[in-house]
Amino acid sequence: MKVLITENLRIDLEKELWECRHCAAALIGARDNYKRGLLVYDRDPREIHKPLLDPSKYPFTYSPDPRWCRILEYYCPQCGSMIETEYLPPGHPPVRDIELDIDALKGQWSSRDEVTEAPVGTDPPRRLHSHDHGHGHGHGHDHGRGARK
Amino acid sequence: MNEMTVTPEQKALLDRFLADNKLFYAPDPEIMEDHRIGPRSAQEEALLSQPQDPHKINEVRGLVVAALDESNTMIEQMGAAPGAKWGDMTTAIFTAAGDLSMIAPHGVGGFAAAVFYPIKFVIKHWTDEPTVGIRDGDGFIHNDARYGGIHNTDQSMMMPVFWRGRVVCWISATIHEGENGSCEPGGMPAAAESKFDEGLKMPPFRVVENFELKRDLVTFLQNSVRDPKLQLEDMKVRLHSVLRLRERIIAVLEEHGEDALVVTLRQHIEDVVQEVHRRIRELPDGTMRTVSFADSTLRESALLKLNMALTVKGDRMIVDMRGSSPELLNRSINACQASFKTMLFTGFMQNIWPDLPFTMAVFTPFDFIFDKNSLINGSFDTPQAMSLIPLFKTMTLACIPMAKFNYGLPNRYTAIVAPQYDQPATLIYGGLTQHSEYTGNFCADINGMGQGGRAHRDGEHSVSPPFAAHCDLGEIELMEEDLPMVRLGAFTLARDRVGFGKHRSGLGYEQIHTYRRSGLWGFMTGCSGSLFSSSQPLFGGYASPAYPLCKIKNINIFDELKKNPEKFSFDMIELMNTQPFEGASYSTHSMGMTFELAAPGELYMMCQGAGGGYGDVLQRDPGLVIKDLEENLISNDTARDIYKVVFDADTQVVDEAATQRLRAEERAARKARGVPYDDFVKTWVTAEPPAHLPYMGCWDNAEEVYGINAGQRVKMPGTALQSQFMLNPKDLRIAELEAELAACRKAQASGRQA
Repeated sequence: MKVLITENLRIDLEKELWECRHCAAALIGARDNYKRGLLVYDRDPREIHKPLLDPSKYPFTYSPDPRWCRILEYYCPQCGSMIETEYLPPGHPPVRDIELDIDALKGQWSSRDEVTEAPVGTDPPRRLHSHDHGHGHGHGHDHGRGARK
Repeated sequence: MNEMTVTPEQKALLDRFLADNKLFYAPDPEIMEDHRIGPRSAQEEALLSQPQDPHKINEVRGLVVAALDESNTMIEQMGAAPGAKWGDMTTAIFTAAGDLSMIAPHGVGGFAAAVFYPIKFVIKHWTDEPTVGIRDGDGFIHNDARYGGIHNTDQSMMMPVFWRGRVVCWISATIHEGENGSCEPGGMPAAAESKFDEGLKMPPFRVVENFELKRDLVTFLQNSVRDPKLQLEDMKVRLHSVLRLRERIIAVLEEHGEDALVVTLRQHIEDVVQEVHRRIRELPDGTMRTVSFADSTLRESALLKLNMALTVKGDRMIVDMRGSSPELLNRSINACQASFKTMLFTGFMQNIWPDLPFTMAVFTPFDFIFDKNSLINGSFDTPQAMSLIPLFKTMTLACIPMAKFNYGLPNRYTAIVAPQYDQPATLIYGGLTQHSEYTGNFCADINGMGQGGRAHRDGEHSVSPPFAAHCDLGEIELMEEDLPMVRLGAFTLARDRVGFGKHRSGLGYEQIHTYRRSGLWGFMTGCSGSLFSSSQPLFGGYASPAYPLCKIKNINIFDELKKNPEKFSFDMIELMNTQPFEGASYSTHSMGMTFELAAPGELYMMCQGAGGGYGDVLQRDPGLVIKDLEENLISNDTARDIYKVVFDADTQVVDEAATQRLRAEERAARKARGVPYDDFVKTWVTAEPPAHLPYMGCWDNAEEVYGINAGQRVKMPGTALQSQFMLNPKDLRIAELEAELAACRKAQASGRQA
C-alpha cells in the first residue's frame, strides 16, 4: 500500500520508501529524511520575485533581499519536479519538516483502503452569497470525498 | 541555618493573611497559562450524567446562536469604531465557570477565544473580594491582553447572567476600538518601548452597575484617550448589545429552564473536545516542523524566527515553539502565550478545521511547550502593543505542518490551503479631522489579504484577514466623510505580486493614500516582510514577494491634479519608476514605520500582500496562465520565465508543443543544477547565522537561541532566555553620522597638512 503524504510525495509502506508521485522514482528509505533523496538548488530570490521598482533608484523593490533570504528548491532527481521549496536565511540548516512514525503509520493504514488520489474537501467558509451558511453550498466544486479504491 | 518549622495552623494563617493582603492582582499565570476547558461543575456533572435529549439541546443551541447573531449585528449597525463597521467584533456566551461555549456566527472568534481569560480572572479574584463582588446588573470592561486578549485596541464588555440568584452563564461583546491613548495614535504603537507607552491598560473591572454605565469611570476612560466620543459611544454599544443578548438568554431560561441552558453550553464544548481527539487520532503519528521569519521589530530590521514543531501522538497534539526568538524588552512586538494560543487557534479555525464550532475547547487536546521569555511567550513586563507581528504569522503558521499531517487522509474537513498573507499591511493614522476632532485608528485594508493557493484551485484575491473569513473592507466614501484622508488608489490588484505555483495565491491590492483639510495629520505602518517574503509556500510553490512602503513627499498631489492631471497614474509602480512630479522626493522603506506627520497632498503607498503559492509552477495549466495574463495579474515575462509557457504576445494563444518542450528543458535544467542533498548541506549550512544578519532565534539546535542585546550578538540556552535590549535606531544613526563627520574632518585636516 502507498500512502499519500504531500502533493508530490508518497510512502510505499511495504518497501518503506519515499516515492515521487509524478514519476514513481524511489527516493530514499521512509524512515529517513526525504530531502536526502532529492537534489537542491540555492536560488537567488530576485530571479523569482523580480524587482518591480527600479533597483538603481530604490533599496526596496518588492524582491526579497538575497543577503537575508534564499530559496532552496528541491527537485526529484528522476523527473525534475519541484518537490518542495524552502525560504531560509543564507546558511540556515534545512528543516526536517516531515518525521513520521512508520510503524504507527503501517498500523493506522492496515484498516484503511488505499487512497490514490487526494480528496478535495470543502473550501473554508466564505460569505459568497446571502444564503451561504458555511456548509459549502454553491461553491461549484466537488465537496469532498476523494477517489478511493 | 535553622529552618523555620510551620505548623498546619500557622500555614493556614499565613495563607489567609497573604490572600487577604494581596499587593497587586497582576495577570494570574494559573489562568493565563491554562487554555483548556475546566472540569465540570457539580451542577454540570449531575445534569450530564443523566440521559440527554439531543433535540432539546439543538433547539436551545439554535436560540442561543440566533441571539448571538442578533447582538453581533447590533454592534455592526451601531458601532462607532471603524473596526465595528468592518466586522472586527463579536459577541459570545460562556459557561458559568467562564469557558467559551459559542460565538456569533459572523463574529471574530479570536476575541471571544481570549475573553474567557478575563472572565475567569473576575470569577477567581473579584467574586469574594468584598470591595468588588459580582452582582446581577454588573458589567466588566477589559482591554489589556496580558489578562487575556489579542492586543490592547480590543475592548470587551463582560456580564454575568443571573438566574434565581446565581450566575448561570457569562456573555460578552468585544470590538476592535483602535484608539486607546497610546504613545502613537490608533492604539497599536510601534514606538512603545515599555508597557507604559501602550495607553489604556484595563484589567477586568466593573464599569456597569444595575445595567448602567458608571459615568465617573467612563469619564476617566474618555479622559485617557484621543477620541472621547468613540470611547463613550462604543461602551454604550457594547453594553446594549450585551443587554439584548441577556434578554434573549433570560427568555431561553424562562421557556426551557436552567438545566437545558447549562447542559447545552457544556455539552457543546465537551462534544468539540471529543471530536478534536477523534480528528487528531486520524492523523499519522509523527512530527512536522516549520519556520517563519519576521524581518522587522518595526523600529529596525531584524530577522526574528518562529520555530514550530507539531507532534501527533495518538489523540494528543503537542505544539512545541521552543527555539523561537527571545522577547525584546523595549520593542512592542512581543506577545504573551495566551494571545499566541488564541491566534493559533484562530488560524486552525480559518484554515484547518473551519467546520468545527468556534470554541477554545478545540485546543483542549493540545499541549504547548514554550521557552520562557520568548517572543511568543513574553513576560508581563514587555510591551505587546504590536503583538500582531508574530501573531499574524501565528495564524497561518500551522497551515504547512497541518497540510502534511492532513494530506493523506481519506476524508478532508476542508480544502488544503497554503498560508494566507500574514502581516497587517495597512496604514494607521492620527491627527485632527476636518471636523476639528482628534482621532487615531487604522484602515480596513488589513481585511484585504490574498489567500494562499489551494489543493484544487487558486487562492482568492484580497479575501479577508487571516483571523476572520467574514470581515469586510469598509466603505471608502464613509471613511472620507469622517477623516481628512483621501484614497487615490484602491483595490487595484497588484500585478506580479503573487505567490506563484500550480495553484497561485490570491493577490493583494494597492493603496495610495493622502490627506487634505487638516492642519495636523500623520501615518504609521506596523508590518514586516520588506526584506524576507512573508507568506510561505506549500508543496513546491513560491512565497509572496517582499513589500515596501513607498512615499512621494514634497508635493501636494491636489495641486498637481489641478495643474497636470495627466501626470498622475493610479499605478504606484508607474508613479515610482517614472517619477512624474518635478521637485518631489520619491523613496521606498521597510513597512515598519513609526508615526510621522505628513504634509497635505503627500502620498503614502503600499500593497496588501499575496498568500503563498501551491505546488510546482511547471504543473500550472497553461490555460490558467493565459487567464492570469488576460486579467492583468501577471506580466508576459512571468508567464514565460516562471511558468515556462510559450505564447503569442499579440493573440495570447498558447503554443502547446513549444510549452511542453520548454517545460521539459526546465526540468532537465533543474536536474543539471541541483546538488544531492548531503553534498549541498556540506557547503550550505553555516555554524551560526551570518555576521551581517541581525538574527534572533535558534539556528541548528532548538535549545540554543541567538539574540541581539544592546547591539551585540548573544547566544543563550533556550531554558534561560534573557530579554533583549535594543539600541535606539536614532542613536545608532547619530553615531554613524558622527563617525562620518570625524572621518571627513580628519581627511580635511590631513589634506591641509599635505
